[in-house]
Amino acid sequence: MSTPENPNEVITHARVRYIEMPLGAGTMALITLDNGKDHTRPSTFGPGGLASINTALDEINAKPDIAAIAVTGKPFIFAVGADLSAMSLVNDPNIIASFGKLGHDVMRRFGEQKVPTFAFVNGAAMGGGLELALHCNYRSVSADAAALSLPEVFLGIIPGWGGAWLLPNLVGPANALEVIISNSMSQNKQMKPKDALRLGVMDIVLEPADFLEQSILWAAKVVKGDIDVARAEIDRSTWDAVVEAYRSQVDARIHGATRAPYIALDLVAAAKTNTRSQGFDAEDEALTDLVMTDAVRASLYSFDLVQRRAKKPVGVPDKSLARPVKKVGIVGAGLMASQLALLFARQLKVPVIMTDLDQERVEKGVAYAHGEIDKLLGKGRLSPDKANRLKALITGSTSKDGFADADFVIEAVFEQMDVKKTVFAQVEEVVTPECILATNTSSLSVTEMASDLKHPERVVGFHFFNPVALMPLLEIARADKTDDASLATAFAVGKGLKKSCVLVADAPAFVVNRLLNRFLGEIIHCVDEGASFADADAAVHALGLPMEPFVLVQMVGPAVAQHVAQTLNGHYPDRFHVSEKMGELVSQGIPGIWQWDDKGNKTLDPRVAAIFGDSPSTMTPDEILNRALIALEEEARIMLNEGVVSEPQDIDLCMILGAGWPFWLGGITPYLDRRGISKAPFLPRGIASVPA
Amino acid sequence: MTQRENVVFVDGARTPFARAKSLYAETRADDLVVKVMRELLRRNPNVPVDKIDDVAIAAATQSGDQGMNIGRSASLLAGLPSSVPGYSIDRWCAGAMTAVTTLSSAIMAGAYDLAVAGGVEHMTHHPMGEGVDPNPRYLSERLVDPEAMQMGMTAENLHDRFPHLTKERADLFALASQEKTAKAYANGLIQPDLVPVAARSAELGVTLVTEDESPRPGTSLEGLATLKTPFRPHGRVTAGNASGLSDGATAAILASETFADNHGLTKKMRMVGFAFAGVEPEVMGVGPVPSTEKALAKAGLSIQDIDLFEVNEAFAVQVLAFLDHFGIADDDPRVNPMGGAIAVGHPLASSGIRLMSNLAKDFEMNPQAKYGVTTMCIGLGMGGTVIWENLTGSN
Repeated sequence: MSTPENPNEVITHARVRYIEMPLGAGTMALITLDNGKDHTRPSTFGPGGLASINTALDEINAKPDIAAIAVTGKPFIFAVGADLSAMSLVNDPNIIASFGKLGHDVMRRFGEQKVPTFAFVNGAAMGGGLELALHCNYRSVSADAAALSLPEVFLGIIPGWGGAWLLPNLVGPANALEVIISNSMSQNKQMKPKDALRLGVMDIVLEPADFLEQSILWAAKVVKGDIDVARAEIDRSTWDAVVEAYRSQVDARIHGATRAPYIALDLVAAAKTNTRSQGFDAEDEALTDLVMTDAVRASLYSFDLVQRRAKKPVGVPDKSLARPVKKVGIVGAGLMASQLALLFARQLKVPVIMTDLDQERVEKGVAYAHGEIDKLLGKGRLSPDKANRLKALITGSTSKDGFADADFVIEAVFEQMDVKKTVFAQVEEVVTPECILATNTSSLSVTEMASDLKHPERVVGFHFFNPVALMPLLEIARADKTDDASLATAFAVGKGLKKSCVLVADAPAFVVNRLLNRFLGEIIHCVDEGASFADADAAVHALGLPMEPFVLVQMVGPAVAQHVAQTLNGHYPDRFHVSEKMGELVSQGIPGIWQWDDKGNKTLDPRVAAIFGDSPSTMTPDEILNRALIALEEEARIMLNEGVVSEPQDIDLCMILGAGWPFWLGGITPYLDRRGISKAPFLPRGIASVPA
Repeated sequence: MTQRENVVFVDGARTPFARAKSLYAETRADDLVVKVMRELLRRNPNVPVDKIDDVAIAAATQSGDQGMNIGRSASLLAGLPSSVPGYSIDRWCAGAMTAVTTLSSAIMAGAYDLAVAGGVEHMTHHPMGEGVDPNPRYLSERLVDPEAMQMGMTAENLHDRFPHLTKERADLFALASQEKTAKAYANGLIQPDLVPVAARSAELGVTLVTEDESPRPGTSLEGLATLKTPFRPHGRVTAGNASGLSDGATAAILASETFADNHGLTKKMRMVGFAFAGVEPEVMGVGPVPSTEKALAKAGLSIQDIDLFEVNEAFAVQVLAFLDHFGIADDDPRVNPMGGAIAVGHPLASSGIRLMSNLAKDFEMNPQAKYGVTTMCIGLGMGGTVIWENLTGSN
């Protein structure tokens, strides 16, 4: 076997012990996968690790009288699949092909032994780790296994070490596709052990306290024939229909924007009749093909941004400068303010006081937050004691006096400069000189907001995304006079809120809204010039965005969208388009562009047609998309030149986490580079693309 | 006196004992005792876990993985209902024995119906003397001989006190312990009490420990004679005639006889009585003599009434001192029929329950036997004794 080499591989060793099974079931060869590190560095498979498994199996197969072979992992980790660290450096398809084949050649041995083989899945099993378990004849799983998944499609590739053939042949195409496609495309959802049992991926769930002892006992009973492991019959007659139904769902969602799910579907479809070897060969071919594309490299880049950069923001003052935050004030008691109150109370577990102009609004805001806590209580996600604690933390007042001992006050009032300045001036009367004043503004200047304060150095922009409880991104803006301690405190609070924080300059609309609005503005501009709404929406299908542009406008509300467009147009009249016709639509109070019938088919609202006209489109979707991308490219470059963020990586991270833009775009700059839109590459070749 | 409840020993189990710094080096102490508790309850499905009135777990060093109130902690880790309370207990080597007697006292008084006792000692993670801070008065006031702190030296002191208990007799007793253990293993008498433990080694992988690691079945008298005497130049105590440093855990289920009858629990033995007694710390090994005298007197029994003995073999000389006192031969078949700690090891606070499980097996093998004694010496000069009545055949 030729083995591609990675000198930096942290090798997962396959350690073999021979143990006597209970009940006189004979000798078991027990392999432990262990990379010698603790659980924070899970075991992965590179060429060295695969070779170690191969050697272990050679040794076992040379022994007489082995009654069973089992494989398990180090504490809390079974194995989490291929070592991707070296993958992004590879530019030779033969290396990928031989690595894929090596994995198959080694792992398939677990499925082709003369004695029963077992995987004792004691902890996280992802990707190639789970595939290794699938090669075995039987699988037990610990009830505390934290992560079980085939996340390949999430990363833009396919299960390439047997999963795409083994899983459908084990559990049928529907269950297999739930794991391979649905979970992967739902933010990489992990199976819980009971899900894995229900789907047939695992045969038995055992309690963690004596998981291995009980797994070995279970294996002994299986070996002796005392237990018959039941497997559901697979209905092969509906196989094709199941796969095609999945294909339609995938297509409706991503319109061919990434290839991985389609190839995975092809492999699962073919698994119906493919032999084991044919199936594995098809995986090798598909994987090699995919990994040599820039889209997959962009996905790996995105994954790395989310895993690493999101947790370690760049350009932030040292966290030792941060001041403790033991009480939070929120100006406003509207919906946004109430959601913020809930978030701060739940995550920081400090008193949160909301203020508003009249008692009725205050009570409504507090009641909303308390109601949400009761909902969590009802769902069993909070204990009664925890619910009591959180409710007691959230109070309201018409007076700002309660801010006197607050360490962090955030305003969530109407998006208008004079209103915000007045609010900050009032707050400053009450609070200590060091209390952070944060604004949740999405488009106003933080520097200007701070300009008349006695202590402008404690003002920061703190821009959440809706819904604040779910969206992971927080743009933290440094204004002209913001000092390091205040900024460090803001980042500490953001981390405490479990958000991924990105440092941005105090520039209009920061990163996500600025780019989204430039993009949207250009598309609306196209419509103003004669493109149809249908073509405009279809234009972005090639990107596979979470939402079509005019569906997004409808969700945000045309009035809000128009307001933001006007604000940005005020700053940059040459680049941010304001549509007069959209203004007309807003003034007529029309809720959106589209109407949906009860079957979910959308048609143009006739009132919209009356405003915009309904003549044939003057532009193709490709032309629209091109214009929108050129606009994006220009804006991103200007933002980098202006120093809104320090590197393209931050733009990409913001688009992934704040706008939900997909991994395969790499956020956006890798896509602009690979489509040839970029005037000069945003990223050097090899960062989010196949190296030269 | 009000009528007291009878206490029955329902069942006991233990991990295989491993040599220190060996098989369990990377396994936590609390995990060891938890695995025993879970398997013991699995083997006794009639035990209503929600009715366990208390859990007492002993450890001689109560810190780290033997800390955090290991009685309570092990109960939670074993998955017992949170309504079941627990506490930790310590009397050095007699920890598990004291867990049994203390819980039994509560059962006798009618306060408890059902309890779980246990003991654990991970002598790899907690070497003897870890973290001790003896009061300087021990030295300044000569309260005890400085040698009392070193158990091996107290064993040498016993040889001094009883010169007729020679090294040769100690070695012969040690050899017999190895041989009896080997025979008991061959006859499958020990294995049923053992709870297999999957133990990790980062270097070697996970293995399944199913037997005690310490026994040396091939031991010979000649071999024993050549061993070093680490506690004294030209001394008598060797690694061969003493128990080895070990890691292991034990647990037992105790119940009032009424409760056991009502719930259909197994009754292996009935507690007749118990006693603890103190001796000079520098000859701690003689402790079982006064504690047994006392227990017998309180029970209204004499040594002639006792059919079987499980004497902990911390050191061969200390067992010989006990036998010598009561006029029992060194090789009396009633004593430690399945061997003892010299062969299997002595994870300090856990050993008391091993003696009881062994006695239950001895009773089963000798249904005509009526009374049995479990006894052990305890560091800093004590002995503990529990007298049991055979209930084999009563179920």
